Amino acid sequence: MPHDYHLKDPHTEQRLFRNRMLVALVGVVFLLGVLVARFYNLQVVNYEDYRTQSDENRIQVRPVAPTRGLIYDRNGILLADNRASYNLSIVRERVRDMDATLELIGHLVRLDDSDVAKFQKRLKRRRPFEPVPLRFRLNEDEIARISVNQFRMPGVSVEAELVRYYSLGHLFSHSVGYVGRISDRDLSNFTQDDVRRYRGTRSIGKVGLERSYEDLLLGEAGYENVEIDAHSRVLRILERQDPKPGADLTLNLDARLQQVASDALGDRRGAVVAIDVNSGGVLAFVSKPSFDPNLFVTGISFADYRALSDSLDVPLFNRAVQGQYPPGSTLKPLMGLGGLQAGVITRETKIKDPGFYKLPNDPRIYRDHIRWGHGDKVDLVQAMAQSCDVYFWDMAHRWDIDEMHSMASHFGLGTKTGIDLPMERPGLFPSRDWKRGARGMPWFPGDSLNAVLGQGFVLATPLQLAVMTATIANRGTHYRPQMVKTINGVEQPPEILHNLEANPLHWDLVFEGMEAVVNHRSGTGKRAGKGLDFRVAGKSGTAQVVGIAQGARYDSEALQERHRDHALFVAFAPVDNPRIAVSVLVENGEGGGKVAAPVARALFAEWISSPQEDQETVDTMNLSEEAGNG
Amino acid sequence: MASRDFSHRLSDAHGSLRKPASLSRRLHIDVPLLVLLLVLAVVGVGVLYSASGSDMNYVRRQSIFMGMAFVGMFIVAQIPLDFYRRWSPWAYLGGCVLLVGVLLFGTGAKGAQRWLEIAGFRFQPSEVMKLGVPMAVAAYLHQRTLPPSLPTVIGALAIVAIPAALIVRQPDLGTSILIAASGLFALYLAGLSWKMIGAAAMALLVAAYPIWHWGLHDYQQQRILTLLNPNDDRFGAGWNIFNSKAAIGSGGVYGKGYLQGTQSQLDFLPESHTDFIIAVLSEEWGMRGALLLLLLYVLIISRGIYISFMAQHVFGRLLAGSITLTFFVYVFVNIGMVTGLLPVVGVPLPVISYGGTSLITLMAGFGILMAVGTERRRVHF
Repeated sequence: MPHDYHLKDPHTEQRLFRNRMLVALVGVVFLLGVLVARFYNLQVVNYEDYRTQSDENRIQVRPVAPTRGLIYDRNGILLADNRASYNLSIVRERVRDMDATLELIGHLVRLDDSDVAKFQKRLKRRRPFEPVPLRFRLNEDEIARISVNQFRMPGVSVEAELVRYYSLGHLFSHSVGYVGRISDRDLSNFTQDDVRRYRGTRSIGKVGLERSYEDLLLGEAGYENVEIDAHSRVLRILERQDPKPGADLTLNLDARLQQVASDALGDRRGAVVAIDVNSGGVLAFVSKPSFDPNLFVTGISFADYRALSDSLDVPLFNRAVQGQYPPGSTLKPLMGLGGLQAGVITRETKIKDPGFYKLPNDPRIYRDHIRWGHGDKVDLVQAMAQSCDVYFWDMAHRWDIDEMHSMASHFGLGTKTGIDLPMERPGLFPSRDWKRGARGMPWFPGDSLNAVLGQGFVLATPLQLAVMTATIANRGTHYRPQMVKTINGVEQPPEILHNLEANPLHWDLVFEGMEAVVNHRSGTGKRAGKGLDFRVAGKSGTAQVVGIAQGARYDSEALQERHRDHALFVAFAPVDNPRIAVSVLVENGEGGGKVAAPVARALFAEWISSPQEDQETVDTMNLSEEAGNG
Repeated sequence: MASRDFSHRLSDAHGSLRKPASLSRRLHIDVPLLVLLLVLAVVGVGVLYSASGSDMNYVRRQSIFMGMAFVGMFIVAQIPLDFYRRWSPWAYLGGCVLLVGVLLFGTGAKGAQRWLEIAGFRFQPSEVMKLGVPMAVAAYLHQRTLPPSLPTVIGALAIVAIPAALIVRQPDLGTSILIAASGLFALYLAGLSWKMIGAAAMALLVAAYPIWHWGLHDYQQQRILTLLNPNDDRFGAGWNIFNSKAAIGSGGVYGKGYLQGTQSQLDFLPESHTDFIIAVLSEEWGMRGALLLLLLYVLIISRGIYISFMAQHVFGRLLAGSITLTFFVYVFVNIGMVTGLLPVVGVPLPVISYGGTSLITLMAGFGILMAVGTERRRVHF
């Protein structure tokens, strides 16, 4: 009952107050109970969980990246090294104003838009307090400028990292290849085990041996248990398991021979492969034009990459294993041997060459490259020396294509050679089955005439031609070509893929024909042996350029140049005791004997004339450092 | 009115009849409260030394603040309660003017304007209102018959609402709520009817949705969401709470030892010397330490309630009760926040957290409590 008293009653007021306060006190006691219960819950009930969480905070397992294995040439010249590089890194959490910081850094060191764009990308997939690299390869001036101004830029630091350095840059870009930063695509292909192995590692082999021997070169990551503070600063190391460094590779490649091959090819586009006849070891492996692999190591700039990928000369294309060219007349020695073995021809077989050939019941005329022909009595040796097409057409017409295919296969044509390099192409040597399957058409006699001359469907890589030549040179032993000679000092045994049993007299005849190519006065490859004190056997070839990529803009002069035939030359030496086999391809070089043969000669002169395995000459050797990178 | 004047005259007339006042009473010091506060201050400086990473600069500065605050408390305690009562409307009005000034000319950081700069002096008018509002409400109710009638309640609510609204605009929701609470405690203790309390609670419940939607900033919503699911965003908004809980929990019953807390010493704990300092204490001293600190607070609150019970006037009684309950709210909100029971609001732990401003306000409040507690006793009839 509300009464409208206007009189104050101190006792009622005090009683009222005490009532209210007591109720409030109940609330206070209850809430205090809540707090006590909370402490009990956190510190007693869930003590173990929080203890673990606090330890996980404090103790971090840090991966220790292994040192990547080194790559040497056969004489111990270091081709792929690990060098300290200084990176500028930023911890996002410690930067107050990122834009201002980036602007300040931009005044201190060279920083282009592509650096910043890539940095922003990296920033999106980082862990908290992880330093994210902004610029790689700071020079000493830049490091000094950053150090002086560091107090103005919290969260910015200079970090040292070992990165790959290719001292002979251009010379080995297509063989050794390069490493690059682990990309999103690499990551998406990683297995659980890879994720573990690559912890702490930022690079992965992308191309060449760096890629094919990635597993060995990488090594095993170690780890450290470290106590850190909230800024990820390491306070002390509690436990450490050292990483296992990657395996060192010694290659069969010889840097001197590589340099000679590269110089001999000059500015022309093409490929040179030299193989040790008695082991399959690859002694020289050149594809031109090449590029500086060091550009890729810490991430290539957009501009540099565009320059390489847009170039008409496709420098990133590895012509030696990816380039598939019609091998042309370089197949003639192999075909001659096949014809002899099959009994289609003999030593005595002679034909009349009027300068053209006609299949029975076929009006089409196949013209020899010499219009008036090679004479009335052309035998196998002469047909090889002068590259008489009619002789081989006549033989091919009488020889079964599947036998021809099987002979080519023994020498490695039409299948990948199995070299220890990635992205190899298989080439092609046709057969009846292949044509039916791939083209849905029967085999025509004219197809055989093309195949025997390495044209039509036939395609081969320069590496395959080198393997073929080496197999001829050692009379039928087909080795798998191998780039790597030793792994961590352990010699890699040569691997024989196939042993061709053939009549020694037939081999003699093929050798005789190939020798005549180089040494006969009318031979097509005389430049391959000029002035050498040992004898060289070889075979020239010319490959017609079938087509040119549509849609590319060429000026007419360049177009004309690129329509010229490719020049080919295969050879081995010395004839008496073959040691090295070489294949040379010069794109749009036209004459195999004229343009490609001198390249082969330069390799022979270097490999056979100069003393081998001589460490002293290695030390004083003057290799041009094409990498030219400071 | 008449009765009040009567009692005043009586107390004045019969003051000499009472037994002589003790020294502490003459100095207007409540000894138990003083002892408890001194113990708390020592504990606070000790924990701060650890929380600041053994930084003597913090300890030195906080000690100076402590000294200033205790001196301030003594001064505040000397002033007769009547003086506060008579001047509180003017103090209140002045405070409101200053709050308007903050909105117009204020300075501050992180998008909030909380400071006012006058003649080179920077201060937060909202701090003044922490005492100004309960004082004004108590003075207002002192003149009215209690329990308060509806018009009285509306008047009291208006006194609370104006500064609260001004502070929300700064924006400083946490302080605004705490200041409003201190005023409302006074109203509640004056005998606000349960019906009205129930109605207000219902209204608040109904208003909850619109407030959430239109009344809260994004970051405020985020803090509440973080509270509901702290593990969602361990490295973002949940970082503070994740680490403070890990700190407290890993302390266990006995703690990791003074200066041995890994969470706090290795900088995992943010704001470890200010709002989150209880986590440092709990990590290093364990549940023992946390409960002892709670006990200390309970004793202080008990003393405050005792003083309010013993107060002779409505004004002193309501003011002492309100200050005591608000003090508890500070303790509860801070510890609740750090232990992950409440959303993260910027409320320091009374006396322990580093910082001068809030400490001085707090001790001034205890000074008023002492003024209430040592008021001359009247003779009752």
